[in-house]
Amino acid sequence: MLEIKNLHARIVDDGTEIIRGLNLTVKAGEVAAIMGPNGSGKSTLSYILAGREDYEVTEGDILYNGQSILEMDPAERAAAGIFLAFQYPMEIPGVATMEFLKVAMNEQRKARGEEPLKIPEFLKRVKDAAALLNMDMAMLKRPLNVGFSGGEKKRAEILQMKLLEPKLCVLDETDSGLDIDALKIVSEGVNALRAPDRAMVIITHYQRLLQYIVPDSVHVLYRGQVVKSGDKSLALDLEANGYAGVIGEAA
Amino acid sequence: MPAVQDTIDRVRKIDVDQYKYGFQTEIAMDKAPKGLSEDIIRFISAKKDEPSWMLEWRLEAYRRWVTLEAPTWARVHYPKIDFQDIYYYAAPKSTPGPTSLSDVDPELLKVYEKLGIPLREQEILAGVQKTDVSELEEPSDNVYKSGRVAVDAVFDSVSVVTTFKKELAQAGVIFCSISEAIREHPELVQKYLGSVVPTSDNFYATLNSAVFTDGSFVFVPKGVRCPMELSTYFRMNEKNTGQFERTLIIAEEGAYVSYLEGCTAPQRDENQLHAAVVELVALDDAEIKYSTVQNWYPGDAEGKGGIYNFVTKRGDCRGDRSKISWTQVETGSAITWKYPSCILRGDDSSGEFYSIAVSNGYQQVDSGTKMIHLGKNTSSRIISKGIAAGFSQNTYRGQVSAHRKATNARNFTNCDSLLIGDQCGAHTVPYMEAKNATAQFEHEATTSKISEDQKFYVMQRGIPEEEAIALIVNGFVKDVIQQLPMEFAVEAQKLIGISLEGSVG
Ligand SMILES: Nc1ncnc2c1ncn2[C@@H]1O[C@H](COP(=O)(O)OP(=O)(O)OP(=O)(O)O)[C@@H](O)[C@H]1O
Ligand SMILES: [Mg+2]
Repeated sequence: MLEIKNLHARIVDDGTEIIRGLNLTVKAGEVAAIMGPNGSGKSTLSYILAGREDYEVTEGDILYNGQSILEMDPAERAAAGIFLAFQYPMEIPGVATMEFLKVAMNEQRKARGEEPLKIPEFLKRVKDAAALLNMDMAMLKRPLNVGFSGGEKKRAEILQMKLLEPKLCVLDETDSGLDIDALKIVSEGVNALRAPDRAMVIITHYQRLLQYIVPDSVHVLYRGQVVKSGDKSLALDLEANGYAGVIGEAA
Repeated sequence: MPAVQDTIDRVRKIDVDQYKYGFQTEIAMDKAPKGLSEDIIRFISAKKDEPSWMLEWRLEAYRRWVTLEAPTWARVHYPKIDFQDIYYYAAPKSTPGPTSLSDVDPELLKVYEKLGIPLREQEILAGVQKTDVSELEEPSDNVYKSGRVAVDAVFDSVSVVTTFKKELAQAGVIFCSISEAIREHPELVQKYLGSVVPTSDNFYATLNSAVFTDGSFVFVPKGVRCPMELSTYFRMNEKNTGQFERTLIIAEEGAYVSYLEGCTAPQRDENQLHAAVVELVALDDAEIKYSTVQNWYPGDAEGKGGIYNFVTKRGDCRGDRSKISWTQVETGSAITWKYPSCILRGDDSSGEFYSIAVSNGYQQVDSGTKMIHLGKNTSSRIISKGIAAGFSQNTYRGQVSAHRKATNARNFTNCDSLLIGDQCGAHTVPYMEAKNATAQFEHEATTSKISEDQKFYVMQRGIPEEEAIALIVNGFVKDVIQQLPMEFAVEAQKLIGISLEGSVG
């Protein structure tokens, strides 16, 4: 479903290369975990997948369902089914969460040539999804992410993911900032979305999340490259021994 | 940043010609010769069948005006206006003061239909639709249950029709054109006209006093809550013609009225002048809500053409516990010079100013308010949202003053500016003056740019760029939109979206 081939990307502003020949393949139905030291390029990779303009791809390609997505803008990629749960979700003052959800869902439907959702159907979907994530409907009347706690923001990201039903889910440190109970609830929410036609890329620093969301593959990112791949035992190994060994091998 | 460069490139190409109301209508017009003189004023006054006191009032203003110079303190730049090169009177020939819809030239009705202004009374009920958004949110209490709106339509220099007059009359409310009021209710006009904005007030107000052609008159008697929303729709159609609107609204003791004004004009290469005077008078316990959705033609992508909008709007909270509230959504005009103000004369009176000013292309906006606290325990509130895109300049200019006797005057001011792209400017010029030590004035101001982070986040959810910007902007102006009558809130949101089209990249 996702094939990243020899990807090189740099910051447009100053030309610094962040992604330096990255290869990664994630099949439909697969859950791939990405780990790696701070500053290794994990979030940057997620932004590039989502089409952020601050980065410029200088070499290589990103194929989604066999097609290059490099020419698509973020909204087109989203409508095609790519979703990014942000490490730091943005606040949108004055825009009620509910209103935002409705616009987003209907814009994606429009892009796919579908009718906008009827209000009762929309409300039902939101209520069901919010209940699963243990979110209060009152919160959804508040402006999106404004004044939300760190954990509430992460939950709101997963709520959006559930409602938008993407095909490729990229989760950037969704576990950070969540309390123990919330981690469980959110993980269950993510697991419920696991499906044969859906792929997930889960960026995390902690093995703990991977106990709840058991990955099919684990990849270590370092200095803009995947330096090691393995199965879920690789995460356990990193937890016990740190990155030194893996990085050493790569260097 | 690539995004910014792209924005600049696109802004350069902007087609402000997407102005949707730019069509012109061929209608047989009755015009006075170009230029301004005592004879022209006599001509206007005679056309309107005015009593002699009115003519004298006009002439006095004219004689003063010829001694005045146009003000230059605002942050707007434009070539000197040749006041002799303007037509001061233009009226559709076929309408010598029609009294009902059936007398109105069908061509004119078509114009209003095209503009989306319902003049046929029965259509108005059906025309108001609840939006999706409103179902998700609590409705505000400023919604008229009936959903009906009475309209006064002013075409160039004359009012062509006023709807729902009979029904309003039953409630004791007078809603008619100012020309008609001068003829039919001279005692009221004489008592109040010029009592808030004296003829000597400022250059444009003095000019307006001399040559004003039409506008609306509203009188809500003691204890009456006006049963429906009132609105006036101004349309400038004729070439080289100035529009000098004069509106007077009086709410007697305990009365309430909500009034909305809307404006559009055809797209033309020449600049056109709109110099209005609006006076509001609120007696004890009365409340007036005045809303404007201003969408005059802003000029083309090069900054050619467009309306010069020089307006004096002032409300007098003459009675104790009276309240006047101005809400404005300003998206049009090449140049806007406008400061709707409140004189808080009565004890415990209050004034509000809620404003959204959007500028794009080469538009220049210098707008704000004055809150003049004279009575005891008076309060005022100012919420201003300026949005600048393209090469535009957007200035908020506000004055809050408390006079010696104004004990416990309170003011809260919040001015937020949002910049789209980096070729535009936003400026905030607040003046505060308290001559009474008990006054409490608070002022907050912010300037921000739509961040690339926010835009990326919104787009990542599948919302295309222009919709993403519109969504963020509408969030930014929400506090003010909520003040508008529900029927117009949705319109205003759309209008803001349209005004910013092509402003982002
Ligand atoms: N727009 C930018 N401007 C300047 N530096 C940037 C920019 N984007 C990324 N970088 C740099 O690129 C490197 C990779 O950053 P990135 O956020 O992708 O790391 P990460 O792997 O997600 O780290 P963490 O685990 O701390 O979240 C860092 O050194 C970061 O400072
Ligand atoms: Mg990161």
